Amino acid sequence: MSVLRPLDKLPGLNTATVLLVGSEDALLQQLADSMLKEDCASELRVHLAKALPLPSNVNRPRIDLIVFVINLHSKYSLQHVEESLHHVDASFFLGRVCFLGTGAGQEHHCILHRNTVLKLAHTYRSPLFFCDLEVEDFRATMAQRLVRMLLICAGHVRGVSALNLLSLLRTSETPPPEEL
Amino acid sequence: MTMDPYVASESTPELTPRQSTSSGLKDYLIGATPLQKRLESVRKQTSFVPTPPQRKIPQCSQLQENIDSQKVAFLLHKQWTLYSVTPLYKFSYNNLKEYSKLLNAFIAAEKQKGLAVEVGEDFNIKVIFSTLLGMKGTQRDPEAFLVQILSKSQMPSENREGKVLWTGWFCCVFGDNLLETVSQDFTCLPLFLANGAESNTAIIGTWFQKTFDCYFSPLAISAFNLSWMAAMWTACQMDCYMATTEFLWSVPCSPQSLDISYAIHPEDAKALWDSVHKTPGEVTQEEVDLFMDCLYSHFHRHFKIHLSATRLVRVSTSVASAHTDGKVKILCHKYLIGVLAYLTELAIFQIE
Repeated sequence: MSVLRPLDKLPGLNTATVLLVGSEDALLQQLADSMLKEDCASELRVHLAKALPLPSNVNRPRIDLIVFVINLHSKYSLQHVEESLHHVDASFFLGRVCFLGTGAGQEHHCILHRNTVLKLAHTYRSPLFFCDLEVEDFRATMAQRLVRMLLICAGHVRGVSALNLLSLLRTSETPPPEEL
Repeated sequence: MTMDPYVASESTPELTPRQSTSSGLKDYLIGATPLQKRLESVRKQTSFVPTPPQRKIPQCSQLQENIDSQKVAFLLHKQWTLYSVTPLYKFSYNNLKEYSKLLNAFIAAEKQKGLAVEVGEDFNIKVIFSTLLGMKGTQRDPEAFLVQILSKSQMPSENREGKVLWTGWFCCVFGDNLLETVSQDFTCLPLFLANGAESNTAIIGTWFQKTFDCYFSPLAISAFNLSWMAAMWTACQMDCYMATTEFLWSVPCSPQSLDISYAIHPEDAKALWDSVHKTPGEVTQEEVDLFMDCLYSHFHRHFKIHLSATRLVRVSTSVASAHTDGKVKILCHKYLIGVLAYLTELAIFQIE
């Protein structure tokens, strides 16, 4: 399959799956480990990918949340993410996608401007988080946040859906719709 | 019996909560950095999409004609270490002689304490403060001034002027953003350039910090700013090219980092820039990105290495060269003010 669709598979019982996409393997691995350390009632599955499209011969569960990791030190990671975005179905962007910018703490190594990533997240109407994944404490906090988001996207939290969450996150960041 | 009509006097303002927050949000969202905020306030911003920064290509300013090329020749072809300085409190250009004496005494005292680490430096030294005329962008910018440490020769028959041991100068080029916000007692000279022994820089920095209640911090140049410098300096019109255009990337890998150096003929670099450049007199983010992407893809085609995944550490052109650690060498007299303007901007960002 060349395009990821959110609801083309049946959900697994009590499982929530997140897909981390990014060009830096080490960072993704660390984030995955932090996420798996969080305890929650559901079974967590973390898939890592360097780029989309994903190989079609593997049997994988339904993906509930995609996190695109962009390293502000590397233009290459941005290019990879931009190319991968083409392989995601539009309906995924209704709350099941988020962007994560890492490396903002080391200003002198940054080659991407913060605005570039802001613009990307705005174009895709998805939330953007900044977190230095190399610092353990920040990574643990971010992992906690992502797990919470994942549970909502998988439908395991009563009363809140992915789309609800998206509109809740947006009112604090973006101006009213008449300006868009 | 008539009931008094209940008049609910609505004195709440017409603004809905959304509207009142949006103006605050606009200021926050329009520019990530203070300078961008000010650039954008000039034009009416209606869309949320953050616009990328734009800058003017350094042109020869009117004031540069006042600079005597002989007098500033000593500023070129030297490696300067950059610092950003907060505004100096109660600094006066009339007291330069007094400052020279005070600093001289301070250095002598420090050396007696045994803090100076230069071996063999037991000859006397002399400190000179002088103003550098013309090193500014607009009339509002304060005058730049220079501090030099000279060695006083022991033999009276020898030349009066000893060898220059250390040079440092403070300047402010197009520093309007900072000048607007400070009161009269302060002199804003946010950019400090030092050449010479690190121990001397430390001693002099301490003296300035004590005397004028300011703060020095080393100015590091990010990879993002280095790519902007590369684009702006390649865009400069040059009569003759003195040096090849060179980039240095560092690949972080264990155990030692690998360095990749990429040298281009300056005329080729200029030709590439001309094909990318569209808006006359201005440099935009898209043009810088396109310029760098062309260099990356050319390198990838030949060597199959993705330079975009590595860290840009040094940029060197015929106008100037800059290293991410905050070391700069200016090679071209014509664009001196332009280079200083950009560095002043970076210093102001760091202070704010």
